[in-house]
Amino acid sequence: MTRATLARIIAAILVLTVVMAVPMTQIHWNGTEASTQAHDIDTLLNVMIILSCFVFSIVLVMLGYCVLKYRAKPGDESDGEPIHGNTKLEITWTVIPTVIVLFGAIYSWIVLGDIESQASDSLHIDVTAQQYEWTFNYPEQGGKVVSSKVLVVPVDRQLDLKLTALDVLHSFWVPEWRIKRDLVPKGPGGNDVDDTVVVTPDKVGTYNVVCTELCGFGHSTMRALVKVVPKPQFESWLRRQPLVKPTPGSPNSASTGTSGQDQSVDPSQSGSAPDNSSGSS
Amino acid sequence: MAAALKRPGWWRAGLGTLLGAAFGFALVVALRKASGLPAFQTEQTGYPQVIVPLITGPLGFLVGLGAFDYWFRWASGAPTIPEDHSNHGAYSWRDYFKFNTDHKVIGIQYIVTTFIFFFIGGAMAMVMRAELAQPGTQIVEPGTFNGLFSAHAAIMIFVFVIPVFAGIANYVLPLMIGAPDMAFPRLNALSFWMLPIAGLMFVGSFLCPGGAFDAGWTGYAPLSTGAPLGQSFFNLGVQFAGASSVATALNFLVTIITMRAPGMNFWRMPLLVWANMSTSLLVVAATPFIAGVQFMVLFDRALHTNFFQVLNGGDVLSYQHIFWFYSHPAVYIMMLPGFGIISEVISTHARKPIFGYRLMALALIGIVVLSYTVWAHHMFVSGMFAWLRVPMMITTLLIAVPTGIKIFSWLGTLFGSVLQLRSTAMLFALAFIVTFTMGGISGVMLGMVPIDIHVSDTYFIVAHIHFVLFGGSVFTIFAGIYHWFPKMTGRMYDEKLGRWHFWLTLIGMYGTFLPMHWIGMEGMPRRVADYSAQFGDWNLLISCFAFLLGAAQLIFLYNMIVSWRWGPLAGGNPWRAKTIEWLVSSPPPVFNFDEIPRVVGGPYEFGVPGARHAILGPSEAEVGRPEPAVAGTAGGRGP
Repeated sequence: MTRATLARIIAAILVLTVVMAVPMTQIHWNGTEASTQAHDIDTLLNVMIILSCFVFSIVLVMLGYCVLKYRAKPGDESDGEPIHGNTKLEITWTVIPTVIVLFGAIYSWIVLGDIESQASDSLHIDVTAQQYEWTFNYPEQGGKVVSSKVLVVPVDRQLDLKLTALDVLHSFWVPEWRIKRDLVPKGPGGNDVDDTVVVTPDKVGTYNVVCTELCGFGHSTMRALVKVVPKPQFESWLRRQPLVKPTPGSPNSASTGTSGQDQSVDPSQSGSAPDNSSGSS
Repeated sequence: MAAALKRPGWWRAGLGTLLGAAFGFALVVALRKASGLPAFQTEQTGYPQVIVPLITGPLGFLVGLGAFDYWFRWASGAPTIPEDHSNHGAYSWRDYFKFNTDHKVIGIQYIVTTFIFFFIGGAMAMVMRAELAQPGTQIVEPGTFNGLFSAHAAIMIFVFVIPVFAGIANYVLPLMIGAPDMAFPRLNALSFWMLPIAGLMFVGSFLCPGGAFDAGWTGYAPLSTGAPLGQSFFNLGVQFAGASSVATALNFLVTIITMRAPGMNFWRMPLLVWANMSTSLLVVAATPFIAGVQFMVLFDRALHTNFFQVLNGGDVLSYQHIFWFYSHPAVYIMMLPGFGIISEVISTHARKPIFGYRLMALALIGIVVLSYTVWAHHMFVSGMFAWLRVPMMITTLLIAVPTGIKIFSWLGTLFGSVLQLRSTAMLFALAFIVTFTMGGISGVMLGMVPIDIHVSDTYFIVAHIHFVLFGGSVFTIFAGIYHWFPKMTGRMYDEKLGRWHFWLTLIGMYGTFLPMHWIGMEGMPRRVADYSAQFGDWNLLISCFAFLLGAAQLIFLYNMIVSWRWGPLAGGNPWRAKTIEWLVSSPPPVFNFDEIPRVVGGPYEFGVPGARHAILGPSEAEVGRPEPAVAGTAGGRGP
């Protein structure tokens, strides 16, 4: 290969990288960003998209070049050049990917630290999942809780969610928050499970909690509403809710399914969740 | 009739199945009666009167078919029947339905059986895509839908992708290393016959009360420990498929290590042999873990053990650790043989030596070692010990390096080549490089904990695994089938139909699985029968492409069946390849070689003047003479 061909190939790789990466980084692949964690994660994604476009361009350009240049004419039964390898080249394509993935690993590690850093004033909420519904308990004074079927949270304050499942595995995911964690059933001894997850919503709006761990025939419809509201609205909503006793015996003082139904869950409660559009306080 | 029941064969196998099942059933009922329990137990997870016959029935089948005849006689000290090779080789289509010890017959038995399951699993995917074409529930209930995707995955993984590679290697590998057969031909036959048992259990679970197993192919506890009877069919099916895999892997290892032709040192082995050696190293050490964990689930269900019962001190996360300690290496079990196939196909059809052969072989070993250290990347959001995520992320990302070496080396092989683009095998190989690179890139993204937190258990995962398993493994399987079809059948397939199959599969595959990335990132979870209306348009488009993809496979089926029967004769070496399997006739003689070949050089010496890989026959002068007389007897003909 001549120097000019090599230059053309490298130019083609760079051009293709730009042509792919520019539009791909303009699209909001993950949808709305509604938490501080979402910004960090989407930036990481965009950086990885650019690097991936570069690697993919190398493969596409090399393959395209070979297919166009070396395609055999019908009836050509000759053999190619007997090239067995090139140590320098082989070292190059071992070292460069290693550098890229180690960069990705370190960057991810830093982002992971950022999105999981605990704030001192975080709002603690117990999240309980069972086939096929969600319950959100807000601990109050005197061992009582506010129990809700809608996750109502204030904007711009870190949430400290403690996750428990009562029957099988479930998974808590709010796509706009980019945060996901399985809810694991625990025994009386309490297994060693990492069951808290933090997230800081920074955009007022209505979202969905989506169950993302297969939990039975009702899995696809196991959803709950999330309402992110301004702080005063959240506090007045919380004040209006009746205080109930968390059901004894269940882990983490969460209300349980049928036994907890009568004492903790007011059917009108989801209706009483504040409506973002009205903005009433 | 009585004589037929005494001879190994289908009559005796039928009787064996009945006797085995009846024995298991009677044992359960008798033990329960003796303990003062009601004869039958029909609690959701119990059904011992079904589970035990499900073990003893298939064992009776294998005994009846003759899988253990020789060993039983030998072990009991009875005079063994002298080996008359009556169970070796195929002389008519009937021989393919017998307990046959010829690796070529077993290879074809494997390939045909696994492709039957490929079409069954594919049909399930078509039903799922029909259901998912519109939001809401139209065609199947959510519970049935869960059964469909669980069975689809179990069938595709355990009785299609993993064993079809074993089938291709079974046929090709002994020929490639110049061996007359596998090291343990009877074990080889037994391995094959366990496979349809596993597949029938997966399919048969749809007949159970409560439907098929519906906890996903991952069968996470505690959903699986409390699931209806169908789950036990999965637990037991995995045992048969796993035992088959382990026995085959041991067989490959011993064959490769001890039965190479003189002159074939490790650095002269074709890369397919390297790939299957690496795969076998993974299978023998990892597969017992999934066998174990499925037994633990079965015991929790039927024997009230408490491995995963949290209220009794069990731990549900340990299921995932044990499961993925197998199932992540399994990803490479499903990919490394494909790497081997691609190396053979690209080298042959590009008329070039493999670029960086030794590094290619070492990359395989690197993947084997690393793949044991990455399993918990499936569990970044599981709530496991949080610290474990970062080291697992680093090893996961590092495994991209040996994989990248392979991609770049294939591209290096294409450089300066004489590219024979007219062969369908080569088209699939080139498409594999692009598609697998994309699957690898999305895999690197998934390996990064912050991105994985968002996209795990979404359609992004569905897209990723189908890029690496369909665009990766299945493309390599097609490449391998097209490449060795002339060798196996002695006939050529129709290249024109092959190209139609290729292009429609490629378009169908990208149209189906590429948009899944997008809807997953936007918020569509996986394993759902119903979804939010915002994804309706994309899903309709995906379903249309999926039907195209499904229809394209019928072209393949037609091409294979018609070409096998009526295709033009292929000759010994239609691709002018160098490895040993192409030095014998197509199909090869029953005992492969009249004389063990001598290996005198590397396997891919294209373009090197005078270089050859192996020499058949006693002297140089005789190379290239017509095949010996035994060749060409109806070796590879079949149904």
